Formats: sequence, structure tokens, C-alpha cells
Amino acid sequence: MQIKNILVATLIGFIFWVLLNNTLDPLILAIGAGLALILALLFCARCNVFSELKVTPAAFGYTFLYLGVFLVELVKSNLDVASRVITPSLPINPGIVEVKTHLKSRMGRMILANSITLTPGTLTIDIHEDTLYIHWIDVQTEDKQGATEKIVRKFEKYLEKIYG
Amino acid sequence: MVETILTIAAGIMLLSLILSIIRFIKGPCYTDRVISFDVMTIASLAIIATVAYLTQRIIYLDIAMVYGILSFLGVLVVARYLERGL
Amino acid sequence: MELLAIIGALITLAGSIFLLLGAIGLLRMPDSYNRIQAGTKASTLGTILSFAGILLIMPGWWGKLLVLIISVIITNPVSSHVLARAAHYMGVPLTKTTLVDKYREEEEYIAVKDQNNEST
Repeated sequence: MQIKNILVATLIGFIFWVLLNNTLDPLILAIGAGLALILALLFCARCNVFSELKVTPAAFGYTFLYLGVFLVELVKSNLDVASRVITPSLPINPGIVEVKTHLKSRMGRMILANSITLTPGTLTIDIHEDTLYIHWIDVQTEDKQGATEKIVRKFEKYLEKIYG
Repeated sequence: MVETILTIAAGIMLLSLILSIIRFIKGPCYTDRVISFDVMTIASLAIIATVAYLTQRIIYLDIAMVYGILSFLGVLVVARYLERGL
Repeated sequence: MELLAIIGALITLAGSIFLLLGAIGLLRMPDSYNRIQAGTKASTLGTILSFAGILLIMPGWWGKLLVLIISVIITNPVSSHVLARAAHYMGVPLTKTTLVDKYREEEEYIAVKDQNNEST
């Protein structure tokens, strides 16, 4: 488990090094690999966040599908909030609701919370065990079950496949 | 053609920067000021990228990167201070 | 090639309009939480769009622009979440039209539990 964690962290650091340098010179690639390994050993030896990652072809496929769904949601809800902003009467009815998630892993919960925050209209304020507290700009239902259906479900069904 | 459109875009970004400065001065409490600081940073990242194309210098993108990370750390530090003190 | 550059420039223009809408929302919204919603989120999409437009104009810069887009996507929700929690902890008031505040009960529960832990 620990080895997989360090390997994934090294890979991420190396990809960033290649993107920043934008060359394929072997010497620079070797320096980057060494640096990424040292940094992963220093910082990721104790926090085993990446060990929960599933590395299977199905998880890869669902990651790309999730990115697509997420981008579509991002644009749709941005247009929604933008239209609220420029309407002269300012049609908002905000409130803080609680929703429940089925995700068990910390990585999956973090990505769920960040996706909820990035789509405008919903903002994660805190997470406590499996309950998320969400500031919602247009509260349609105050009930926990209904809010879960409306906010979380569309992301969760893909994240469940990726992180379990 | 491209330069003209990009110059107009940079002008609109600058206008949004000025609007958020108004909120920065007016803001009734500390969090409003930090929020408008965050928005100003994000708008300046976009301005820096546009100016990097208009002057044809890729080095400006590195400046944008460092600026973004520094302002993220700044916002985190201020929010943590407001929450429970340093 | 020229057509791709013009499309990129138009995408950058759309991004700048989103930035402007975010700033207008920052001015018009009634309380801190709604300002976070309107301000930081709309400007995130605006910044991503303008980076993507520059990416279409100058395909040679894709590495650094991709790193910038990824770092904006990762850092922005974290900072707005942290700000919202700090605002709620400080007791920044919600606006008058707010319907529910489920989080306050939870916060009081945590505070009571902390006090019990300290006293025992």
C-alpha cells in the first residue's frame, strides 16, 4: 500500500515537471524523476491518501466520463447564476441544507466536496462524518433526502465507480 | 484582429478588477474584503495571461503561476486566523 | 490557423465577460455567503475560459497553461470553502431572506461537546 502511494505521488510530480519544462531532454527528465521521488518520499510517506486510488481500466474510463459530466454541469450552473446576477430583482432564496453521501474514502469525499463547491449555486461549508453542510443559493427543498437527490446524486454515481 | 479582440477582453477584465476594488473598500466585514481580494487575484491571473500573449513573452505565465499559489496561501492564512487565531 | 486564433480570442472575450459578471455579483449580493457564490465561482469559469482561449491562439504554450488551469481548478474551491467556514464561525449574519440554517445546530453541538471534553 505504501509503495503504491509513493509511486502515484512520484508520477504526479513528474508529470507536472514535464509540463512545466516542455522538453524531452533525457538529462532534464532524469533530474525531474529524481526530484519527484525525493519529494514523494519526504511528504507522502506518512499521509496515505493515494493508496485508496483504484487503478483499473474501468476507473480510467469513468474518470474521463466524470470530467465531461462535471464540465457540462459547470457551464450550465454558471449560466444559471449569471442570469440570476443580472436580473434586476435578484431572485435568490438562500439557505444552508445538509446532505448525506455514500462515499467512504477520503479522496472521494474531497473530490465530491470540491465538485459541489465549483459548480456555482452550491457551496460546501463543512463536512462531518458522512454529512455535508451546503449553502444553496436557491433552496428548492429543505428535506435531507430531497436535497441529497438534487445536489449529490449526479456526481456520486460516477465517483462511486472510481473510488468505491 | 486577434490583438484587437484580446485588448477589448483585457479592458473588460480590468473593469471587473475595478468593480471588486469598490467592494474591497465598502465591505462591511473582514470576510467580504478577503473575498474581493480573492476575486481580484483571479481576475489578475487572466489579465497576466492575456498580456503574456500581447507582448509574446512566455515568462509572464510563470509569474501568474507563482502569484496564484501565493494568493491561495494568503487567503488560507487569513481565513485560519479569522477562524481560531494563529 | 487564423480561424482557430479568432475562435480562441472570442473564447477569451467570453471568459472576460464571465469575470465581469462575477464582479457585478460581488457588488450586488446581500451577504458574504452569496458573495462567495457569485464572486469566486463565476470568475473561476472566466479564468479557465480565458486560459483556454490563449491555449487555442498559442498552441506552443500548452504545458504551462495546462498547469495554470489545473492549479486554478484545485485551489479555488478550497479557498472559498475555507472562507465560508471562517465566516460562519465568526458569526457573519445570513441575509434576511435565508430559509434554513441547518449548520448552526451542528456547530452548537460541537461547541457543547468541546466544553464537556475540557471540563472532564
